[in-house]
Amino acid sequence: MSAPVSKIREPLITGHKSYHDITEDLVSPTEKAPPVSWVIGFIISVAVLAFGVFCILWTIWHGIGTWNLNRTIGWGWDITNFVWWIGIGHAGTLISAILLLFRQKWRTGVNRAAEAMTIFAVMCAGLFPLIHMGRLWLAMFIFPYVNTRGPLWPNFNSPLLWDVFAISTYFTVSLLFWYTGLVPDFATVRDRAKGFRKKIYNFLSFGWTGSAKHWQRWEALSLVLAGIATPLVLSVHTIVSFDFATSVIPGWHTTIFPPYFVAGAIFSGFAMVLTLMLITRKLLKLEDYITLEHIESMNKIILVTGTIVGVAYLTELFIAWYSGYVYEQFAFFNRAAGPYWWSYFGMMFCNVISPQFFWVKKWRRNIAFTFFLSIVINIGMWFERFVIIATTLARDYLPSSWSLYSPTWVEIGIFIGTMGLFFTLYLIFSRVAPVVAVAEVKSILKTSGDQYIGANAIHHDHDHGHDHNHDHSYASALAADTPGDGNHGVASSIADTATAVENVVDDLKKIEGIGPKIAELLNNDGIMSFTQLANANVNRLKHILTEAGSRYQMHDPTTWPQQAQLAAEGKWDELNDLQDRLDGGRA
Amino acid sequence: MAAHKEVVFGLYDDEVDLMNAVKKAKADHLEIMDVYSPFPVHGLDPILGLSESRLHIAGFVYGMLGTLTAFLGMTWIFTKDWPIVFGGKPYWSVPAFIPITFELTVLFASIGMVVSFYTVCGLGPGVTNPYLDNRITDDKFCIAFDQNDVSHGQAESFFQSTGASAVKTKTI
Repeated sequence: MSAPVSKIREPLITGHKSYHDITEDLVSPTEKAPPVSWVIGFIISVAVLAFGVFCILWTIWHGIGTWNLNRTIGWGWDITNFVWWIGIGHAGTLISAILLLFRQKWRTGVNRAAEAMTIFAVMCAGLFPLIHMGRLWLAMFIFPYVNTRGPLWPNFNSPLLWDVFAISTYFTVSLLFWYTGLVPDFATVRDRAKGFRKKIYNFLSFGWTGSAKHWQRWEALSLVLAGIATPLVLSVHTIVSFDFATSVIPGWHTTIFPPYFVAGAIFSGFAMVLTLMLITRKLLKLEDYITLEHIESMNKIILVTGTIVGVAYLTELFIAWYSGYVYEQFAFFNRAAGPYWWSYFGMMFCNVISPQFFWVKKWRRNIAFTFFLSIVINIGMWFERFVIIATTLARDYLPSSWSLYSPTWVEIGIFIGTMGLFFTLYLIFSRVAPVVAVAEVKSILKTSGDQYIGANAIHHDHDHGHDHNHDHSYASALAADTPGDGNHGVASSIADTATAVENVVDDLKKIEGIGPKIAELLNNDGIMSFTQLANANVNRLKHILTEAGSRYQMHDPTTWPQQAQLAAEGKWDELNDLQDRLDGGRA
Repeated sequence: MAAHKEVVFGLYDDEVDLMNAVKKAKADHLEIMDVYSPFPVHGLDPILGLSESRLHIAGFVYGMLGTLTAFLGMTWIFTKDWPIVFGGKPYWSVPAFIPITFELTVLFASIGMVVSFYTVCGLGPGVTNPYLDNRITDDKFCIAFDQNDVSHGQAESFFQSTGASAVKTKTI
């Protein structure tokens, strides 16, 4: 509830929404007939998916020879696509897990769709190793089950088998996390639905009631799942990078791969989240819930991770030269000046140069530019994987084995087919479930809604033109949000604010019993000056301390208003006398 | 779920009203059957007297189970059941077991916790729990009393004094 909010935070929910407005806005897309744009998109996606299925069947029927892989280049578009898709998935887990641990409120606007994206992207990714194995019907051989061949076990020392475990775990955990988040929202849809729809959503919502104990367990579960999904997501792309890094191929055999792959994965994933969310936001009219603040936050992450990727590329180049190892040097010379030079420069431009535009705030908040750049980054990250895989394999140790590779229509068809799968699933998801987490957005309304904080907070009405408006709206928002002091509702807090708040910031530490930490707590709650403290209710102060945690409960604020009164009137000598009598601020 | 409870419940428009009402109910020694809300209301649990969830302890146990399953399983397979030399490394190559051990720890902990969560909450596919009001999953905050514990009149005056926007009864 009244968690401390920084004053510089921008609102994350605009349009002065009430709880019911949030329900209405976010649930109604699942209740209406789909718009024409959705139907067209869906038909195209399904058609593309059908072609992809055809190409997969073609591969299985005729064998892997329908691809242009050869003895030198054993991994081509298939593994490139695999790594690309799995990387895209990482942003969803980052948003839902890591940002939950960091208590970033903006994640609530995008986490649901991003997690859905993770699940669909991992499905697309998992397809490639399976069909790449050739005999798809023997795919269960990769799992360690008690079989009739000995039992003969898979090789647990192989990074390729680690991948099997990492990706199947990743998929399962993401699915559980996502669905548990969806259950309360399905209940919201259920309670608005009638007839057959109600039956379906009753099934999907698992009988959710919204009981306080259930919410408590739900939050405990979300927190622990976030806690273990965080190392999980880091491990997944680390293990994917081991597929390369544990080999002896120059250009692959590097220790920089795990962090570099993880950063690249988050980078590409956020690009895909932006591509999807900017379209979704427009079509479902979610501008009040996915604000420019959300977009800018994501662009900042793109800037950070893109720069990490850029530094990793340059480090690789430097180490290739510095190591004095001729094979490594040749591998990098070959990337930049060999037959696939265009993919190397495509990668460098898209991944190293393009994110740097986001240093400019205006461009970070420009939707058209963000959309364009998100596509550029998606392409660039595909090039990166192609450069690492095909370019490296094409020129190995033995010049007589050197070869070149370009995909056949079957390989291209399968890749495009996974796009069809991805968008088909995403489009279905956007009709069946609320694409923004309804309950989670409601839970941040009081601290992030624009009627409570920011330039449009409703308290402006009585106080135009003063530059300390922010203080006012902010302080009263939290006053309204403070339980136990008997005033709730914005109307009463406006009255409070008008009398109590002055644009004065005093050093509250002068009050005996208040240290830097408590001063910060009080500031966060809107108490900036001695006057404000003098007028504050002792119960409110006690509440602030209780909310801040058990460490603060031993503090007794009873004398603070009295001390503040003296300080506000400038009676420093009397204050000193009083403080001499007090014991650590206690009477 | 005991059969047929006469429930009297009040709906509030704001979580602050709800929290104040719960405090008052506790002060008046009215036994609350349950509190329902459209989203988790922070700060409600201690007022309501809910003890901390032990789900994370269960999660730790499930995780350890995964760790042991993976590590002991691979150890048994590669040292006892079918020892094979891979790339000249020892049979019991512990560093190579770490990734799979980690993944199974996470997998067991997640599945175990999620299954436990739905089981202890009595939720699951096909479960239909009795519900009090359609707006509880939308924008209303609800305090419910079992009429065996709190009489209808008592509840009504309580809801009126705490600012409930609606008072209803239902048999569930």
